[in-house]
This record gives sequence, C-alpha cells and structure tokens, in this order.
Amino acid sequence: MKILVPIKRVPDPATTIRVLPDGSGIATDNVKWVINPFDEIAIEEALRIKEKQSGGEIVLATVGQTTWQEQLRTGLAMGADRAILVKNDGYLDSLGIAKVLARVISDEKPELVLLGKQAIDDDSNQTGQMLAELLGWPQATFASKVEIAESKVTVIREVDGGLETIAFKLPAIITTDLRLNEPRYASLPGIMKARKKELKEIPLDSLGLALSPKLKIKKLTAPPKRQAGKKVGSVAELVSVLHTEAKVI
Amino acid sequence: MGDVLVFAEHLGGHFPKTTLTAVNAGTELAKRRGGSAIAVVMGDAPDAVAAEIAKYGAAKVIALKHPALKNYLADAHAAALAALVKKTGAEFVLTTATAEGKDLMPRLAARLDAPMASEITAINDDGTYVRPMYAGNAMATIELEGPVKVITVRGTAFDAAKPAPSASPVENLDAEIDSATLKQEFVSFNQTKSDRPQLTEARIVVSGGRGLKSGENFKVVLEPLVDEMGAAMGASRAAVDAGFVPNDLQVGQTGKVVAPELYVAVGISGAIQHLAGMKDSKIIAAINKDEEAPIFSVADYGLVADLFKAVPEMVEELKKVKAH
Repeated sequence: MKILVPIKRVPDPATTIRVLPDGSGIATDNVKWVINPFDEIAIEEALRIKEKQSGGEIVLATVGQTTWQEQLRTGLAMGADRAILVKNDGYLDSLGIAKVLARVISDEKPELVLLGKQAIDDDSNQTGQMLAELLGWPQATFASKVEIAESKVTVIREVDGGLETIAFKLPAIITTDLRLNEPRYASLPGIMKARKKELKEIPLDSLGLALSPKLKIKKLTAPPKRQAGKKVGSVAELVSVLHTEAKVI
Repeated sequence: MGDVLVFAEHLGGHFPKTTLTAVNAGTELAKRRGGSAIAVVMGDAPDAVAAEIAKYGAAKVIALKHPALKNYLADAHAAALAALVKKTGAEFVLTTATAEGKDLMPRLAARLDAPMASEITAINDDGTYVRPMYAGNAMATIELEGPVKVITVRGTAFDAAKPAPSASPVENLDAEIDSATLKQEFVSFNQTKSDRPQLTEARIVVSGGRGLKSGENFKVVLEPLVDEMGAAMGASRAAVDAGFVPNDLQVGQTGKVVAPELYVAVGISGAIQHLAGMKDSKIIAAINKDEEAPIFSVADYGLVADLFKAVPEMVEELKKVKAH
C-alpha cells in the first residue's frame, strides 16, 4: 500500500518559546527544529503498516522552506522511502496548506494519508480534516488504533468521555493521537541510507494554485504570567489554607 | 450579515456543558457583529434536545433532521451544516473546541472555503480574535476574511449560557445531505464508566503525574483523594505516555484545557505543555518532592513532600475538615 505522510517542522517541544518584542513572531535563535511529534507518530504508524504488509511505499511531504529538508531527511532515516518538499517561503493558513497537500495527493495517489492531529506550534488541529473534505475522503481524527483488513479500515478514536470506533474504505485520512504508537529513533544505517533517498523539490508557483490566506496573524503577545504563591510546611497547613484562605474546599 | 450558527453538540439525548458555552459565546459574537445566534441541533430525532437548548437564550433553534445524522460523523454533519450555512446566509459558524468540535469544524471550513480560528479565547470589538499558540506561550491576535468564518472557542474562556426567561422559537428542518457521498460508518462508542464529574466541568480537578510511578498508584493513592474532594481526575502527558492512565484524562496542550476553582497537581513537574492546560485555574495547589519543580512557579500553594506520604495524610485531614 502506498501511504503519504505530510509532516511539519516545529520548534522542539522542550524549547522555551519567547515572543519578539515587536510582536512579529517568536525568537528563533537557539531554537532546535524537529518533526512535529504527532507527525512522527504518523511516520511510525506508516512504517508499521508497511512492515506488516511487507510491501508498499511511504512518501513524506511538506510545504515549507529549503531548511525543512532536514526534517524530511530525518523521516527518511526513520524508514520512509522518498520525500517531497513543496517549496514556499511565504505565509499560508491551514486551508492553504491543505490545498497544496491535496494537490500533491492527487498527483501521488496514495491509498492512505497519515498525519498528526495537530502541530505543536500553531495548535490549530485543522489540516487533516480540511484535506479529507477537499479530497472527498473519509476521516478519522485522534486515532489510538488503526486496523486495516483488505481495503477496509477500522479506527479507534480518542474522544471526550471514551473511545469511538469508526470504519470506512480506503482511500482515507487518519490523524494520530498520542497513544497510537511510540516512534522509533533513526538508526545509523538508516541515516546513511537516507542520504541517497529521493527528495524532490517542487516550487509552489509551479502548481498553479490560487492561494490567498484568509486567516491573518496581526501580532503575537506574551501571555500574562501567573505569579508563584507560597510554600506551605505541612499537609495540615495546605488543607487549612485551602479551607479558610482560598475557601475552595 | 452577522448571524452566528452555533453547532450544539449532544449525545444520547443530553448535551455537555460545553454546548452551553458555545451558545453563550455565539450570542456574544452575534451581539458584537450585529446579528443573531441560532443554535443548530442535528440528529435523526433532534426535537427533544432542541427543546432543551431552546431554554438558554439563543435567538432561534434549528432542529436539523436526517437519518444519516443519527450518530455523529464528520462527513455527514459537515455536509448538512454547510448546506444550512448557505440556506441561512449566516456569517459565522461556531462551537466549542471539544473532540467533536475539533473533528467537525475544519472539515466544514474546507467545504465552505472559509478560514477557521481554533480555540479562540477572546472576541475583540475591532473584528479580531485572540487565540493561544505554542502551548499558550504566545497569544495571537488574528483576523478572518471572507463571507463565512468558522470558529471554535476554548471552553474555559467563556461562561456557559444561563436559562432565559422565555424559550427560543424552534424551527424544524430536514437536512440536505447527498447520502451517496457519505463514506464514514459509525461502529461503536465505548464510554468510560465513571461516577466522577467530567474533567472539563468539575469544580475541583486532582491530577497525577509521573511521580505516581504506576497506574496502580493512581488507583490506590490518588483516587481516594480525588473522591474525598468530589473532584474529577486528570493526568499529565507524562503519566499518559507511561501508560498509567487513559488519554482522555490528559490535561495540557495536546489534551484537555481545564480551569476549575481548585486544581491540585500531584507528582507533576509542570512542563509547559501541562501548564498550557491548567494555568487559568482559579487556585492551584501542588505537591511535589522536588522543590525546583516548575509547577511551583504557578502554584498558589506549594507543598514540598513525598506524595506517597502526603496524599493519604491529606485524605485524613480533609475528613477532619468535613467533620467540623
């Protein structure tokens, strides 16, 4: 089976994010860039499906700058077969990204598209669902288990108050949640092999898409800081202050 | 212009508090943009729920009926809602960022070729909105352009709608869905059985972290405290990652966002991703043996202690307070 995994380059989750004084963005000096952690889970799931079916192809795709090659190479080192970078230096909103990916998917014709439920930079949680609608495909967001039998897929989803099971036929879009799997690290031979794998660059302009972002970010501000309170010396004191001072119990 | 369709989530004849939050936020948005808030209840038999929602002050309630809307599924619901947007000429579609809201609204936005703002925390008078990015480490002021805009609101940032003096009029409509285009099939819903309050609705939340060391300790150490306080139980991502508890208990950037009157963090170090989900709580208490733990930088009351001693002791102390 051919699986396409769209990925995004984001600041490492351990990075302390600081808003620039002029509100135009975040400070990017000293930021380590990584594959969006939920997209890593998507790559891992694709690898496991391929291993189980002992065949198929995994194609990574991203829409970004030349530097985003680094994250594509990391994904190739994990075991993906080839990668596509749609080169774009400008700003696109989620719908714009989804339109570009929908175009790549129409050309590549994968049977399954796996991606993270949200990118941990803008926290929008939109691209997978938008892609599903643009392609007219079924969607399963927040997947914690994926089972494929013939061309039928059953997905267990993490929803409020429990687990939901839905089913559909391929092709389909699945977005990954935390517990779907634990992504592997790229091995040294994997890293060596990745250097020789195909990484194709496509200029965004060459796709002839009309994209004008309708969501615009005017400015960023730092959130109000919560002040630290006081330390208490004992459990009895903690219960006492919650009862008499904060009056919450 | 300015009308707001509020998607009213419901399950098994009931709606969660987050639906009332959406009704209130939708009413607020309509007021600022010079329109009316219309609550939309979708289902194969939406009448009873529609009558309930009608008690909460929306200008109108639309009960949208179709056999394909029996169970929530993104493709059928997005198709029906998009057709209703066109029919009513509404400018906004809004709901709360629950699992269902997050699943549905981007699909709807793509169908309408509309921009979408996720989890807004404020509606500004100048037409802009505020939403958190980077796990809440940046607040973005954003603008949405075009004839239709799709919005989810963060449940903790808006109050729930209160019962109104008179009921809203209810309009019954048959949904327009081309059943041939539907591809998703509902199989089952396995509801987590719990007598405890819902995490996003509870007055008190007690959360455990990796410091609990095992799922068994969540049961024998943390749960007595949770129940003594009549609280909902939460967990850090680290505890979920370690397999101690299910993911629907996760509080944080990639889990649930809560803002209870009291949040008790037990054995949670306080990574920024966790703080993103609870730092708007009214009072935060933290128990951790590491006095350098970042959780203490946001806690109103911090206790540096071994949780395996402190938590059982706290249960006893709470019983004493109750006895008085």
